[in-house]
Amino acid sequence: MGKIILNKVNKSFGATQVIPGIDLAIEDGEFVVFVGPSGCGKSTLLRLIAGLEDTTSGTIEIDGKDVTSAAPAKRGLAMVFQSYALYPHMTVRNNIAFPLKMAKTDPAIIEKKVTEAARVLNLTNYLERRPGQLSGGQRQRVAIGRAIVREPSAFLFDEPLSNLDAALRGTMRLEISELHHQLRTTMIYVTHDQVEAMTMADKIVVLNAGNIEQVGSPMELYNRPANLFVAGFIGSPRMNFVTGEAAKPWNAPTAGIRPEHIRLSKEAGTWKGVVGVAEHLGSDTFLHVNVEGVGTMTVRTDGDFVVTHGDTVYLTPDENRIHRFDDKGLAIR
Amino acid sequence: MARAVSTRRTAVFTIAAWIVALIIFFPILYTIVTSFKSETEAIKGFNLIPSGTVESYAAVQAQSNYFKFFLNSVVISVGSTLLALALAIPAAWSMAFSPTRRTKDILMWMLSTKMMPAVAVLVPIYLIFRDTGLLDTRFGLTVMLTLINLPIVVWMLYTYFREIPGEILEAARMDGAGLLQEIVHVLTPMAVPGIASTLLLNIILAWNESFWTIRLTTTNAAPLTAFIASFSSPQGLFWAKLSAASTLAIAPILIMGWFSQKQLVRGLTFGAVK
Repeated sequence: MGKIILNKVNKSFGATQVIPGIDLAIEDGEFVVFVGPSGCGKSTLLRLIAGLEDTTSGTIEIDGKDVTSAAPAKRGLAMVFQSYALYPHMTVRNNIAFPLKMAKTDPAIIEKKVTEAARVLNLTNYLERRPGQLSGGQRQRVAIGRAIVREPSAFLFDEPLSNLDAALRGTMRLEISELHHQLRTTMIYVTHDQVEAMTMADKIVVLNAGNIEQVGSPMELYNRPANLFVAGFIGSPRMNFVTGEAAKPWNAPTAGIRPEHIRLSKEAGTWKGVVGVAEHLGSDTFLHVNVEGVGTMTVRTDGDFVVTHGDTVYLTPDENRIHRFDDKGLAIR
Repeated sequence: MARAVSTRRTAVFTIAAWIVALIIFFPILYTIVTSFKSETEAIKGFNLIPSGTVESYAAVQAQSNYFKFFLNSVVISVGSTLLALALAIPAAWSMAFSPTRRTKDILMWMLSTKMMPAVAVLVPIYLIFRDTGLLDTRFGLTVMLTLINLPIVVWMLYTYFREIPGEILEAARMDGAGLLQEIVHVLTPMAVPGIASTLLLNIILAWNESFWTIRLTTTNAAPLTAFIASFSSPQGLFWAKLSAASTLAIAPILIMGWFSQKQLVRGLTFGAVK
C-alpha cells in the first residue's frame, strides 16, 4: 500500500513561504511526477513527504496514518537522491544492505535480498566495489537498490537523473519506468525536465511558486492545459502564444498554438513569415519563423521539408488545436 | 633558458627552506646535543660536538622516575583527547548539519575563550581544584586539558564535517538510522581523516601543555612537562641534565609526529583546496 494524502500542507522558512498550502492525493501504485521550474518548491514538497523537513502547518497521511510528525524512517518510504548519497566508505553490498541492517533484519534474509536487488539492477559483479569505483549510472542503480530492499510503501526520487549524461538519462528513465511496472509501488518523482515528466508519469503535478497549477495525466496536461503556465511548461518545443490583434480571430486575449499544430507551406497560409533559425533534428525540424504583427513562431515540421534562413513560408494553425486563455491566463473552455 | 632560470629559482628556494627549517629546528637539535655532554662541557659555551656521554640520562633517571611521568603524560594527553572528541563530535555534528542563526556566534565565542590569558583564571581554577580534591590527580588534569582544547577540537571537526554532503546523512535517516547510528555508522567513518588529524594534534597540544600541568600537580599526576621543570630550579641550572630531561620528554611526541606527519598534513589541509 502507498496512498499518500497531503492536507493543506504549508511550509515556510522564516518569513519566506515556500509552500502556501497544498492539497493532493496520490493513489496507491501511481507514478506521480512533480514538475516545475527551479525554485518552485517541488523538492521541498518531496522532502516534506519524506520527513526531512517539518511542515509549518497541514497534515500528511500515508495509508490512512497521520505521519506529519513521524521521523523519516518511520514513514515506510525510500528516497533516491540527486547526488546518489551513497555511503562512500561502504561496498555496494553494504550500501544496499544498510537499511536492512538498521532494521535489524536477519543476516540470511539480508543476503538474499541484496543478491536479488543486485540481480534486478545488474550490479552482481560490482557488489564488492565502493561507490567511488562505479560510473554515474551504476551509482544511481545502487541508490535504487538501497531503496528497493526496504520494500517501501512508496519511492521518492529527487531529480535522480540530472547528474547523468543525456544518453544514460534516457536508459535510466526506461529502467525506472520498468521498475515501476514490476513493483507496482507508488513512486513520486521530482524533475524540472518536462520530457521526463511526460514519458514516465501516470499523473503529473505542475508546480509554480509553491502552488499546484494543474494535476493530470500527461496527455490531459498536453491537450487541456488549465492555464498559460502549464501550457507553456508542458510540451517541447514550448507552445506559441499570440496576443492582441493576432488573437482576435479566436475571440480571446491570448491564443496558444503548439509548434506541431501549425501547417507549413511555401505557397499559401494564414500568416506569412520569414525563416530565422532552423534546428534540424533529423526526423523533425524546428523552425523559428518571424511573422510580422504576431512575433516569432516555432513550427515543428518534417525533417524532409527543406528551407533555409531568410526563406518566406506560410503558416496555418490547426483550428481544432487552438488553446484560448482569458485575461488572467486561465483556459477558456 | 627558461628551464635553467626555473631550476636555479627552485634551488634557491630549496636552500632557503632548509635554512629556515634548520633555524626552527636548531633549539631542539642543540638540546639533544647538549644532553650528550657532561655538565662541565655544557656550561663551557657554544659547542656542537658533544663528548657523547650518557651520564646526564643516568642521573635524570636516578633522580626521578621518568616512566612515572611518561605514564602520566600518556594518560592525560590521550584521556583528554578522547574525552574532547566524545564531546566535540556531537557538538560539531549539530553545528555543521543543523546550524541555527547563532551557530557562528557560538563558534566564535568558543574560540574567544582561547584568547584569554590562562593566568587570568588561575586562582579560581586552583581553588576549585583544591576544594574538590582534584589537585594533583590525573582525572583533574584530564578534565582541565579537555576543556582547554575543546574549542579547537570542535572547530576542526566542524570544518571537516561541513565537507560531508548533508544528503548522505539524510539518506541514512531515510534508511532508518537513529541519531547515534548516523554518527557511528556514517558520519564518523567518513570523517576518519579529519578525526584522526584532530586526535593527533590534540594529543600533541595536551602533551606539550605546561601552564596547567605544572601548576595543578605536585608528584602524583605530574606529566613530562613537570618532569622537565623539576630539573630547572632548586640546585641551580644543570644544562646537560635539563637537556636530557627535555629530550626524554619530547622524544615520544616527536616520534609520534614523525610517523603521523602524512596524516597530520592531510587532515590539516582537508577542504582547503576543494
